[in-house]
Amino acid sequence: MTSQVSSAAEQADGTVVGEQRKPAGTKDVRRLDRVIIRFAGDSGDGMQLTGDRFTSETASFGNDLSTLPNFPAEIRAPAGTLPGVSSFQLHFADHDILTPGDAPNVLVAMNPAALKANIGDVPRGAEIIVNTDEFTKRAMQKVGYDASPLEDGSLDGYHLHPVPLTTLTVEALKDFDLTRKEAERSKNMFALGLLSWMYHRPTEGTEKFLKSKFAKKPDIAAANIAAFRAGWNFGETTEDFAVSYEVAPAVKAFPVGTYRNISGNLALAYGLITASRQADLPLFLGSYPITPASDILHELSKHKNFGVRTFQAEDEIAGIGAALGAAFGGSLAVTTTSGPGVALKSETIGLAVSLELPLLVVDIQRGGPSTGLPTKTEQADLLQAMFGRNGEAPVPIVAPRTPADCFDAALEAARIALTYRTPVMLLSDGYLANGSEPWRIPEPDELPELTVQFAQGPNHTLEDGTEVFWPYKRDPQTLARPWAIPGTPGLEHRIGGIEKEDGTGNISYAPANHDFMVRTRQAKIDGIDVPDVEVDDPHEARTLVLGWGSTYGPITAAVRRLRAAGESIAQAHLRHLNPFPKNLGTVLKAYDKVVIPEMNLGQLATLIRARYLVDAHSYNQVNGMPFKAEQLAAALKEAIDG
Amino acid sequence: MAETSTEGTGTIEALSLVPKAEARQSMKDFKSDQEVRWCPGCGDYAILAAVQGFMPELGLARENIVFVSGIGCSSRFPYYMNTYGMHSIHGRAPAIATGLASSRRDLSVWVVTGDGDALSIGGNHLIHALRRNVNLKILLFNNRIYGLTKGQYSPTSEVGKITKSTPMGSLDAPFNPVSLAIGAEASFVARTIDSDRKHLTEVLRQAAAHPGTALIEIYQNCNIFNDGAFEALKDKKSAEEAVIRLEHGQPIRFGSDLAKGVVRDRATGDLKVVAVTPENESEILVHDAHSASATTAFALSRLADPDTLHNTPIGVFRAVERPVYDTQMAEQLDTAIEQHGKGDLAALLAGGDTWTVVG
Repeated sequence: MTSQVSSAAEQADGTVVGEQRKPAGTKDVRRLDRVIIRFAGDSGDGMQLTGDRFTSETASFGNDLSTLPNFPAEIRAPAGTLPGVSSFQLHFADHDILTPGDAPNVLVAMNPAALKANIGDVPRGAEIIVNTDEFTKRAMQKVGYDASPLEDGSLDGYHLHPVPLTTLTVEALKDFDLTRKEAERSKNMFALGLLSWMYHRPTEGTEKFLKSKFAKKPDIAAANIAAFRAGWNFGETTEDFAVSYEVAPAVKAFPVGTYRNISGNLALAYGLITASRQADLPLFLGSYPITPASDILHELSKHKNFGVRTFQAEDEIAGIGAALGAAFGGSLAVTTTSGPGVALKSETIGLAVSLELPLLVVDIQRGGPSTGLPTKTEQADLLQAMFGRNGEAPVPIVAPRTPADCFDAALEAARIALTYRTPVMLLSDGYLANGSEPWRIPEPDELPELTVQFAQGPNHTLEDGTEVFWPYKRDPQTLARPWAIPGTPGLEHRIGGIEKEDGTGNISYAPANHDFMVRTRQAKIDGIDVPDVEVDDPHEARTLVLGWGSTYGPITAAVRRLRAAGESIAQAHLRHLNPFPKNLGTVLKAYDKVVIPEMNLGQLATLIRARYLVDAHSYNQVNGMPFKAEQLAAALKEAIDG
Repeated sequence: MAETSTEGTGTIEALSLVPKAEARQSMKDFKSDQEVRWCPGCGDYAILAAVQGFMPELGLARENIVFVSGIGCSSRFPYYMNTYGMHSIHGRAPAIATGLASSRRDLSVWVVTGDGDALSIGGNHLIHALRRNVNLKILLFNNRIYGLTKGQYSPTSEVGKITKSTPMGSLDAPFNPVSLAIGAEASFVARTIDSDRKHLTEVLRQAAAHPGTALIEIYQNCNIFNDGAFEALKDKKSAEEAVIRLEHGQPIRFGSDLAKGVVRDRATGDLKVVAVTPENESEILVHDAHSASATTAFALSRLADPDTLHNTPIGVFRAVERPVYDTQMAEQLDTAIEQHGKGDLAALLAGGDTWTVVG
C-alpha cells in the first residue's frame, strides 16, 4: 500500500488525473439492486462534499438515485457534539427509486457523535465504517458513551469496520508539505475513496473535480487526490473489506434521453432562466439571502450572460419590491425566499395582486414558525401562501414534487403569472432544494411557449369615439388585464394599491365597484386553466392517498410497498394548490376514504375539507425530515383497514 | 454648477439613454385627467406645479418617465402626472423604483415620498437606495407631520411636539434628512422649499442632470396639521435672515446686505455663522458641492437650529460623481457576454456531467 500511495504522490502533478481505477479482481464481488449509504461527521468534516461527489460518481455511472443532505444551521457547530453532526444520505439503484431511503445499508461515522446521532436509523446487519482515531475517551464521553461502543458489544449484529481513517490519511500524505492538521482534513476524501472502491464507482470525475476545485492550490488538490486514491487502495488491499458491490446502471428505469444529476434549487434556477428564454423577457431576481433558498440567488447570479439581473436587496421587502418594479417595467420578475421571508413580503404580494402584474414568489419552505429549523424541511407554508395577506388576495400556488420537477414547476408558475398577470407562489422545500436525482434534459422543442404580448395601443373606445387605453380592461377569457410597460407611447397610466375602478383603473371607493373588483380578482384566479389531477388506481381501490409537493417520493414508495403486499390503494398528487384541478372534487368523492400525508399539521386537509366537504384524514409529521416510506406504508395500511 | 439650460437637454449624460420627445412639450402635457385631491392650500400643489412646469424642459418622451410613490399625502403625486406611475405601499417606493430603474435604463424614474414614508417605515430602503446610487430622483416632501393619518408627529417633528399621539409632547429626536442622506453615502443631496418655485425648479434641474440617486428634501407646508412649520423660511423678512442659499463656487453669505457668513471654527473644525467683517471676509467658506469629502456638506447640514430654523441652508449640499448602480449592473451583463458568449440554454441545462440512455 505504501508504494501505491507514494506513487500517487509522485503523480501529484496531475499527469494521470482522470484515469479510471479498476479493482484488481482478487476479491469477491456481489451484485445488489440498491444501496443506501449515509456519510456522517462533524459539520466541518466535509460530509456534504463527500456525499455530493459520491452522488456525481453514481449519477455518471447511470444508477437512479435520490439524496438527502441533513446538516445543522450553524456553519461550524461545536466539534464532536450531537447537534454538530452533518450527514448525507444517498440511495442508488439499478431500477427507479423515489426516496433517499429509510434505513442506511452503510453508515460511515467519522466520530462518536456521528455514530451516536445516526445509529438509531441503521438496522442490524448493516455495515458501519467508523473512524477509530476519533474514538478517544474524551470524544466518546462528550456524547455520553461511558464505554466504547466499538468494544462494549453494543454494535454486535452490525458489520463493523474499524478504520483509523485519520492516521491512514496522514500517513498517505506524509510526503506532502502539509501540517498534520492540514493532512487530516483530507480524511473525507480517504473515506470517499474507500466507498468508491466498495461500490465500483467511477473515480475520474472526482479527481477532475478536486483538481479544478483547488486549481489555485495545486498542493491541496494533489493531497486530496492522494487521500482519495489511498482510500480506494485501502479497500482493494486490506482484508477487512473482503467484498465489494456492484449496482448496475438503471437502464430500464429511464426513458431514452440525455441525463444529468440535479438538485431542486439548481433545477429551479434553470427553470427560471428557461422561462425567461421561452417568454423572451429579461429575468430579474430580487432576493435577500435566506436558507434554504440562497442557492438560487447564487446560481442565477452566475448567468448574467443570459441577461439575468440579480439584485441582492437590503431586506426581504426590498427584494420583492425591486422584483415588482422590474415586472412593471416588463421583466420576468422573481423573488426567492423561505417562510420567514414570505411573511415579510406579504404586503407586496398583496400589492402585486392589486396591480395584477406577473411575479414569481419562490418559497423554499423550512421548519417554522419564526426562524424555526432553517436547514430542515417542512411544508407548513401552504396556508400562508394561500391566505397570508390582508383582504381578499388570491394567489395561484404551484408545488414541485421532486428535485428535478422544480424545473417544470418554475416554467408552470411562469406560465400562470404571465398569462394571468398575477403573482404566483411556488412552494418548494428544503428537502427538494438540497436533494438531487437524475434529470432527463429536455429537448428545446419540449419546452412550453411562454411569449407574451405587451399592450401596444388603445383598447377602448369612449362614447364620443375617442380611443383610450384602459389598464384594467380585461381579456374576456383569462380576465387578465393588459401589460402596458413604460416606454409605450400613448399608454401612460397610473396604477396603485388603492381600489381601482373597473376598466379605467382610476381610484374608486364606490361600494359596488369594490365588490365587483374583489369578485373579479377571485374569478380570475379560480378560472386559471390547470390540468386535471391524475389518479393512479390500477385495482379500483377504496382508499385514496392525496399528497402535494415533496411528499411525492415517500408516498409513491409507500404505495408501491402496499401494492406489492397485495393491498389496493389509489394515489393522486397535486401540483396546483390554487386553484385546485377542476376534477379534484369528483376524484375525492369516488373514494370511501381519503388520506392526506403532509409535513405539517394538516394544511391541505383543511383546504380539502373546507372546499369539498370530504372527510379527509390527515397523517402528519413535522420533525424536519421527509417521511419514510415504511412508516407511511404502515399508516396507509391502517387507513385501508380502519 | 451643473446643467442650467432651459432648452432641451440632449447633453445631460444621466438621461442619455432616455428617448427624447418628438414634439415640444408644455406643462399641460404633464397634467393627468385626474382631479387633484389634496387639501386646499397644501404645499403639494406648488410642488406639483413646479414639477409639471419643469418636465418639458427635460424634453424626454413622456412615456419614458415614471413616478413611483409610497403612501401618504405626497404619494398621491403620480396620479396627477400624465406619465407612467405607480402608487405603491408604505415606504417601499425606493425599492420598487430600484428594480424598475435597474432593469430599464431607458426610463427617467422619480420617487415621491414624505417624511413618514421615507424616514420611518421606509427608512431602510431610502438609505440603501442612496448608498447604491441607482439612477433615481427622490423628492422627499417634508412637512414634519403625518397628514394622511390626521396629525401624528413624524420622524422629522421637533422634540416636544404636541400631537394626537403625543399629548404631552413627543420624546424622540428628529432626523435631519440632509444629514441622514449624506451619512448614507448619497451622491446628490439638496434642500428646497415648496413656495420658492424658482429655487425648487433649479434644484430639480440639477438633480435631473445628476447621474445616480438624487435626494431632494422639499420643505412643504401642511396647512391642516402643521401650518407654518417653515414660516421662518418663507416670510420675506425673516427668511432673509434665516435662509442660507448655497451656490457652488460662491462664498456662503446671507442676511441683509450679506452681512452674515459661514466660517470654519479653527479650534473645532466645525462651521459657524459670523458677522462678515473686512478682516474675516477672506475666511468665508466657499461652497464646494463637488468636494470628494462629505465633511463640510455634513457640517452645513447641521448649521440650522432645529427649532427656530435659523441658519437653514437650501440648495445643493453635495453633488459628486460616483459609479451608478444600474450602469454597472448593465456593464456586468455585457462583460459576462463578452467573457462567456451569449447564454446557450442547451449547454447550460446539460452542464458538465451527462449520460445518455439509448433505446
